[in-house]
Amino acid sequence: MATAPVHHETHDDHGHARAGFIRHYFFSTDHKMIAMQYMFTGMAMALIGGFFAYAFRMQLAFPGMDVPGFGVVSANEYNHLITNHGAIMIFWVAMPVLIAAFGNYLIPLMIGCDDMVFPKLNRLSYQIFLLSALILIASFFVPGGGFAGAWTMYPPLSTKPEFGLTPLGATLFVVAVGVEFVAFLLGGINFVTTAMNSRAPGMRMYDIPMVVWMIVIASILFMGSVGPLVAGAVMLIFDQNFGTAFFDPTRGGDPVLWQHLFWFFGHPEVYVVLLPAVGIVAEIITVFSRKKLFAYRTVLYTAFGTGVLSFMVWAHHQFIAGIDPRMANIFTITTLLISIPVAEMLFVYIATLFGGSITFTTPMLWALSFIATFLIGGVTGIFLGASGADIYLHDTYFVLAHFHYTFFPIAIIGTFAGITFWFPKMFGRMMNERLGKIHFWGTVIAFNCIFIPLFVVGVAGEHRRIYDFTNFPELARPALRNLDEFATISLLVMLAFQPIFLFNLFYSMFRGPKAPKNPWNSNTLEWSADSPPPHGNWPELPRVYRGPYEYSVPGREQDYWPQNAPN
Amino acid sequence: MATYRSPHIQVVAEAPRTPLVPNGVMGMLIFVFTELMLFGGFLSAFIIIRSGAVVWPPPGQPALPFEQTAFNTALLLLSGVMLFVTRRRFDRDRASARTPMWIAMGLAAAFVVLQGREWVALLSQGLTLTSSSLGSFFFMVIGLHAIHVMVALGLLARSHWRLRRGWLASSQLGTTEVFWYFVVGVWPVVWLVMYQ
Repeated sequence: MATAPVHHETHDDHGHARAGFIRHYFFSTDHKMIAMQYMFTGMAMALIGGFFAYAFRMQLAFPGMDVPGFGVVSANEYNHLITNHGAIMIFWVAMPVLIAAFGNYLIPLMIGCDDMVFPKLNRLSYQIFLLSALILIASFFVPGGGFAGAWTMYPPLSTKPEFGLTPLGATLFVVAVGVEFVAFLLGGINFVTTAMNSRAPGMRMYDIPMVVWMIVIASILFMGSVGPLVAGAVMLIFDQNFGTAFFDPTRGGDPVLWQHLFWFFGHPEVYVVLLPAVGIVAEIITVFSRKKLFAYRTVLYTAFGTGVLSFMVWAHHQFIAGIDPRMANIFTITTLLISIPVAEMLFVYIATLFGGSITFTTPMLWALSFIATFLIGGVTGIFLGASGADIYLHDTYFVLAHFHYTFFPIAIIGTFAGITFWFPKMFGRMMNERLGKIHFWGTVIAFNCIFIPLFVVGVAGEHRRIYDFTNFPELARPALRNLDEFATISLLVMLAFQPIFLFNLFYSMFRGPKAPKNPWNSNTLEWSADSPPPHGNWPELPRVYRGPYEYSVPGREQDYWPQNAPN
Repeated sequence: MATYRSPHIQVVAEAPRTPLVPNGVMGMLIFVFTELMLFGGFLSAFIIIRSGAVVWPPPGQPALPFEQTAFNTALLLLSGVMLFVTRRRFDRDRASARTPMWIAMGLAAAFVVLQGREWVALLSQGLTLTSSSLGSFFFMVIGLHAIHVMVALGLLARSHWRLRRGWLASSQLGTTEVFWYFVVGVWPVVWLVMYQ
C-alpha cells in the first residue's frame, strides 16, 4: 500500500541529497533517479549504436575504405556491426529510454504519488538492465568477436559456430537479451501496479494522462509477448551449448520454430515502443496547440485494440520463410487491419491540432515531425504487409527504410520530444530553444535524406544483406551507388548535428535559466511539483478534480485548467 | 499493512486510496501472466515439433510414463487444496493455519522428489537432454516446472516463518497463494500435453 509522505525533514535541502554520491546516484530507490539512470545508459548505448551505423554505412558507400575511427571493416566485422546496431538500438536504446526512463519518471509524477509501489524492485530492475548492457559490451571482446548473426538470431547462424563464426559471442548475446527482459519485466510489473493502485484521490480511469495509459498498455503488451521469446532464448542457449535439438532439423527440430517464437514477441515489441512515443506526442500537441485531446476515449480504446491485434500479425515477418500460403493470407489480412487503429491515432492528433493556437517550440516541432515521419513508415508498411508484394521487397533496402521510418520517429524523435518537453521538470532549468531548433532541423532533414534514397534503391532491387556491392555488378549500377553514397553522407550530416544536442543538454542542465514550476502552462500533475521535484515529489500529495486536457475552456480567464486546481 | 521504509521520508499516514487488489497480489498476478505465456511458448513449440514428427516418440526413445505421473499430479493438486484450506483457516484463526501449510509444503516436496526419481528412471532408459527433440523438451519443460515448484516452496516457507512470528499479512499470503495456484494449476496442462 502506498504511503503518503507528510513532511520532509527539512524543506530546503531535502536531507536525501546528502546521502553520499554513490548511494545517491547508483543505489537510489527514487523513481526519478532510476529514470535518469535508464536515460543516460540508453543515451550512452545510442552513441555506440550510432557509431556502428557510421562504420558499416561507410563500408557500404565506399567499399574497402579505411573508415576514420574504425579502420577497414572486414566481412565478419560488418555482420557484427549490423547485428549489434539493431540489437542495441531496439533493446538498449528504445526500450530503456521510452518505457523505462519515461515510465519511471512520468508515472508517479503524473498520477500524483510519491514513488513506485515497489521501489526496491525498481532499483533492481535498473541494476539488472545495466548488467545486461555490460554483458553485451563484453561480448564484443571475446574470442571470435561479438555475435554476427543478425539481431533476429535465426538458427542455424546463431546456433552453429561454424556458420556464425562467433562461438562465445552468440551465447553472450542471447544471455544479454534474456537478462534484459528480466529487468523490463520487473519494471513493467511496477508500472502497471503503480498506475492502477497509487493514483491520486479523485483521479478516475479517464483522468489518467494519455502517456501513462500508453506506457501501461505497452508494459502489458511486453509482458504478454515476452514469455515465448524467453522460452525460445533458453532453447537457443541450450542448442548452442548443450547440444539439444530444438532448432536442428537433422534431429527432429525446426528452425522456423525460432522465427515464430521470436516474432511473436518481435511484432508486439514494435507497439511496445510505439505506444509510449504516441503518448508523449499526445501530451505535447495538446499543450502547444492549447486544445483538448480530440476523442480521448477513442484513442484509449484504439490503443487497447492495437495491442490485441498486435499479437496476431507476427508471421508477416516470415512470408518468405516457407510458411503455408494460406497462413500468409490470414496474416496479410490481420496486418492490413492493424494499420487502421494506428492511422486513426494519427488522425486524432491532426484533429487535435486543427483550429488550435499552435506554438512551434522545440518539443512541438519534434512531435509534429513524429506524425509526419511515422506516417511514411506506416504507409510503406502496407506494401510489406501484403504477402505478394513482400515476396519481392522482403530482402531489399525497402524493408530497411520502412523499418527505420517507424523506429526512428519512435525511438529518436519521440525521445527528443520527451526530453525537450520535460527537461525543465527533470533538471529545473530551461533548454536553449535556438540550439534545440538547429538540432531539430539538422536531424530531421538529414534523416529523410538517409532513408528516402534507400526506399528507391530497395524498389530497384538492391539486396539488404550484402557486404560489398562491387562483387555484384548488376547491383553496383552508378545510379544506385550514388544514392547509397548520398544516404551515407546524409548520415554523417545527421551525426554531426548530435553534439549540438549533447552540448545543449549538459550546458542547460547546469547553466540554463531557472525553470518555473509550470513553464508550458500545462495541466497535468507533474507540473504542480517543484522543478526538479524533491524526493517524495510533493510536500502534500495532490488531489485531482478533472481530466488532463482541459485547455482553452470557455469562460475561464486562463487557457489551462490544472488537474489539481479545485476550481 | 505493507509499508516501505525510506530513511528520508517520514511515513505518517496511509495514502488516501485503498486499492482493490493489494500491490503484492497485483504484481504477482502480472508476473504469473508472463509465466503463463512462457509455459505457453514452450508447450506450443512442443506441439509444433510433435505434430511435425512422423513417429512419436522418436525411434529408440521410451514413451513417457503417463499413468505413473498421474499419482504425482494428484499429490500436487492436493497441495493446492491444502493451501486453500490454509487461507480459510488464516481468515478465521491464524494459528490454526500452520498445519495445512505444512501439509501443502510436504506434498509439493514429495512431488519434486517423485518427479526426480522419474527423471533418473528415464535417463537410464536412454532419454537424455541431447538424445532427441522429445528428450530436449521433456527435461527443459519439466525441469522448468520443477524449479517453479521449488521457488513456490521457498515462498511458502517464508510465509510460514512469518506466520509463526505473527508477521504474516493477509496480502503477503495472497501473493504466495497466487504463485502457488499457478504452479499447481499449470502442471496438469503440462502433464497432459507432454506425457500423452
